[in-house]
Amino acid sequence: MIAATYALQWELVFVTSALLIIVGAIGVIAVKNPVHAALCLIMTLIGVAVAFVAQSADFLAAVQIIVYAGAIVVLFLFVIMFLGVDRREHIHFEPLVGQRAFAALGVAITVGGLIALMARAHWVSGAASVTTKLASGNGNVRALGTAVFTTYLFAFEATAALLIIAVVGAVLLARRERPLVDEPVEEVA
Amino acid sequence: MNVPAAWYLILAAVLFGIGAFGLLTRRSALIMFMCIELMLNAVNLTFVTFARTLSDISGQAIVFFVMVVAAAEVTVGLGIVVSVFRRRSSTSVDELSELKG
Repeated sequence: MIAATYALQWELVFVTSALLIIVGAIGVIAVKNPVHAALCLIMTLIGVAVAFVAQSADFLAAVQIIVYAGAIVVLFLFVIMFLGVDRREHIHFEPLVGQRAFAALGVAITVGGLIALMARAHWVSGAASVTTKLASGNGNVRALGTAVFTTYLFAFEATAALLIIAVVGAVLLARRERPLVDEPVEEVA
Repeated sequence: MNVPAAWYLILAAVLFGIGAFGLLTRRSALIMFMCIELMLNAVNLTFVTFARTLSDISGQAIVFFVMVVAAAEVTVGLGIVVSVFRRRSSTSVDELSELKG
């Protein structure tokens, strides 16, 4: 809906989001300070949100900003500050010989293979509009809500259980170990 | 008319590659988690692009669930990082080698 309201130059929107995404992602893996890496991650997430808006996924773009850039990155920053690991890491030191070269080779094969598949065949196959048709130029918030609360209701309820389990697990993991023997309680007269 | 879907798919593939490279080469557990987030975002972008191309809302619904699972994963993962840091005062994954034979 946002994208349809204004006569946008789609190429301009794409280039903007691509620049945000790529520069942010390279920043995450290249900077030494973890705090700067988290800030670069926010840049990438906002770029992905721009791409979501451009493809009429307005609700997901809002969730991307609120949950990812808001909650998850703040959680990262909180843990970085809490542990005090915001010092620089020596990223030029390479403990495994050839690790970086092998990683680059594997990534190049994966990405190159994907793009080669794209050049040879059509990426999109299958029947269109199986569940609910996307409204063109619309934000699709209503359609997404209908799909989540009817077709995917069971999965939606399962995510509630998943989140509860994750919160309880995180509390148990991060809890400080208490000594098992009780301290002798001093009597107060 | 919107740009072709292939542009977004190639962008997502490149983002996935950058995330995978960082996951394979960095050694700080926190940075590795951020790289996993990059890869998850690349997959989300692919899902949304396919949803637009096939004109089907399911792709967007799945992205919603991926976001929930990513939030749960980060919560538990950072809990593990805090727990490990308490014992050895480091977040480097190279030092976690007790199980080495």
